[in-house]
Amino acid sequence: MESVDPALMLARYQFAFTISFHIVLAAFSIGLANYLMVLEALWLWRKRQVYRDVYRFWLKIFALTVAVGTASGLVMEFEFGTNWSALASRAGGILGPLMFYEVMVAFFLEAGFIGVMLFGMNKVGPRLHFLSTCAVAIGSLFSAFWILSANSWMHTPAGFSIASDGRFVPEDWLQIIFNPSFPYRMAHMSIAAFLGTAMLVGGAGAWHLLRDNTHAPARVMFSMALWMAALVGPVQLVAGDLHGENTRDHQPQKLAAMEGSWQRPEAGQGEPLRLFAIPDQANRRNDFELAIPHLGSLYLRHDWTGTIQSLDEFADEDIPPVAVVFFAFRIMVGIGLLIVAMGIASLYLRWRGGLFECRWLMRCAVLMAPAGFIAMVCGWVVTEVGRQPFTVHGLMRTAHSHSQQPLSFVAGSTFALVILYLLVFGLGLFYLLRAINRLPAKSTDAND
Amino acid sequence: MFISEALLPDLSAAAIAFTIITYVILDGTDLGVGVLFATRHDPDEKQIMVNSILPIWDGNETWLVLGGGGLLALFPVVYSVLFSALYVPVIAMLLALIVRAVALEFRADASARMKRWLDINLVIGSLIATFCQGVIMGSVVQGIDQQGGKFAGDGWEWLGAFPLACGVVLVIGYALLGSCWLYWRTEGALQAAARRQARRLGLLTLAGIAIIVVWTSLLAPSYRDHLLQSNLSLALLLTQGALLIGFYQAFSSRFHFLPLFAVLGWFGTAFAAAIIALYPMILPPSLVISQASAPASSQGFMLVGFAVLVPVTLAYNTWGFWVFRGKVKAESPQE
Repeated sequence: MESVDPALMLARYQFAFTISFHIVLAAFSIGLANYLMVLEALWLWRKRQVYRDVYRFWLKIFALTVAVGTASGLVMEFEFGTNWSALASRAGGILGPLMFYEVMVAFFLEAGFIGVMLFGMNKVGPRLHFLSTCAVAIGSLFSAFWILSANSWMHTPAGFSIASDGRFVPEDWLQIIFNPSFPYRMAHMSIAAFLGTAMLVGGAGAWHLLRDNTHAPARVMFSMALWMAALVGPVQLVAGDLHGENTRDHQPQKLAAMEGSWQRPEAGQGEPLRLFAIPDQANRRNDFELAIPHLGSLYLRHDWTGTIQSLDEFADEDIPPVAVVFFAFRIMVGIGLLIVAMGIASLYLRWRGGLFECRWLMRCAVLMAPAGFIAMVCGWVVTEVGRQPFTVHGLMRTAHSHSQQPLSFVAGSTFALVILYLLVFGLGLFYLLRAINRLPAKSTDAND
Repeated sequence: MFISEALLPDLSAAAIAFTIITYVILDGTDLGVGVLFATRHDPDEKQIMVNSILPIWDGNETWLVLGGGGLLALFPVVYSVLFSALYVPVIAMLLALIVRAVALEFRADASARMKRWLDINLVIGSLIATFCQGVIMGSVVQGIDQQGGKFAGDGWEWLGAFPLACGVVLVIGYALLGSCWLYWRTEGALQAAARRQARRLGLLTLAGIAIIVVWTSLLAPSYRDHLLQSNLSLALLLTQGALLIGFYQAFSSRFHFLPLFAVLGWFGTAFAAAIIALYPMILPPSLVISQASAPASSQGFMLVGFAVLVPVTLAYNTWGFWVFRGKVKAESPQE
């Protein structure tokens, strides 16, 4: 194993730290923008006051999210230059235009119309305001499109050639943008943003229902969230499965790490489903493994005996840290199954009656409020740590991607960023929880 | 490509230049308002100042995101050398921009005590972000040492007299933009104060610009030669003079936006002078535009989008500004 460069490790932790905060905010912004669009559409169409009340409740929170999201996104964009300039130099010709289009198509759309959306209700008519909300919602999805295309290219590069100086040169932009893993990552992440937001909305609704289960806005939030869990949760399982198949074909080491598979099983034995294990990277084995035979093949190969490439088919220096990937994957899937279970429970309660009387489901919803986002972050850990030791899979190593700044610079910037982020996100979380705790106003004004 | 490939590098540089100057005049105004926050103490006045920029600051800051992304996409070597060389001021600017964003957006629901704390952060965030931007621009003009596309210095070169002076001048300049914005968008005592501030800051800014331009021509013989030999220099000087007279006259007009537009003209001419001095270098002293360019395929792909999308963006941004036209009031802007 190569000796660990502290400046490199610190740069990696700094990136992991800043991007984890940013991705939660970005996902929450995507989810909320689209939820607000749905709410406003329902209000304009059905004319029920309760939709307006729920809309206003979440609009305030959306304002908080978007502002900090933009600023944290700026950090990411510049962090490629400050800490990862080698990657920026070599892959900038490909990643740069993708991020450039993200700004031009998506960010400007969101930022341009968000002023009207947040502050312009009394200045423009209801239809124009709704169009502004739609622009922000669509902008957020466009943004996901471009950044996930760029990220996916790093996992499954396509449409390029390599110049004599090592730079990646674009050859076919359609192949670059629609690279092999992009459609799956786009679907899986977009749904994750929606589900994560839905869980938070449902938790907020449940919180208020536990105090007063007749409260109309809270009922709407709780019910809509559970429809998402029931209908979209299973779709996410399918999207995840398809994404996993794509990973099996293009990044087999990552899948092997997700499964904790050090050796290929004998023919006919099939892959086991490992419920628990403690991977030992140095000795290339698992300790305390608890596994059910054959079940792994069902989701990995959709048959009874199929196997996947195992970690011992790769060199030591070409495989990711297995334990991190293994556990993050299980947390993500576990939470996903819990969300689906909640959805199924809610369907049963709707059929039998008593959805708003079931206090244990409401308590579950409160506990599961952050669960969607936790699952999402775990999913990102799986895919990004699983891509190691490469930044561009198979072609460029993380160890060769950093700026080689002096350790003092990286340490100083990490320290400053961590302190500031903890303060800002701590304050933001406080305001978020306080805003959620306030009862959504039931408006009685005639002019609404 | 229907555009000759030989033109792509210069067109790309023009796109970056356009993005930078647009960012400077748009977000410079918000940052200037943030800096001026330190000069007003009445809570209603402060609320009005915040209200005047709340609906637009996010869109304005997005031009910085475009600038960074554009640099990565069109001139990746410049992007990586620049951010390695200017690590400290870039990080400081990013942190300051986060602080500014939080101070603006968390204000609505804050208690009076929390508001005072946020206000201090608004001023500090705006000041540091502005100063760092000036330092970054000054460092670029001063020159960045690079060998074969990698930064070759120690990362402290930005602590020189010229970049630091640029930082100070930019703070004054942004404060001028902010005061002219407030003169346009407010009334009563706040507007009168903004008028006074703008007239004083106008002189200071002009002096600052003059000092920086002269100093620039002393930094390198090529700068001096470019400035003295270009036909445009005389035109720029005359324009600056006309705008100076126009600026002070504008305060007698019933069109309150005129002083701001005059100052935007100053920024434009100063920026044009910088480009004349530097061209064809994109990262002095050793990287010219054609050397630092991304592959032609990347540049072409992006410029097509730029040509179509930027006018569209400017159009709906203008609409956004128009929606919030008129004098700003003290009520907290709800939807």
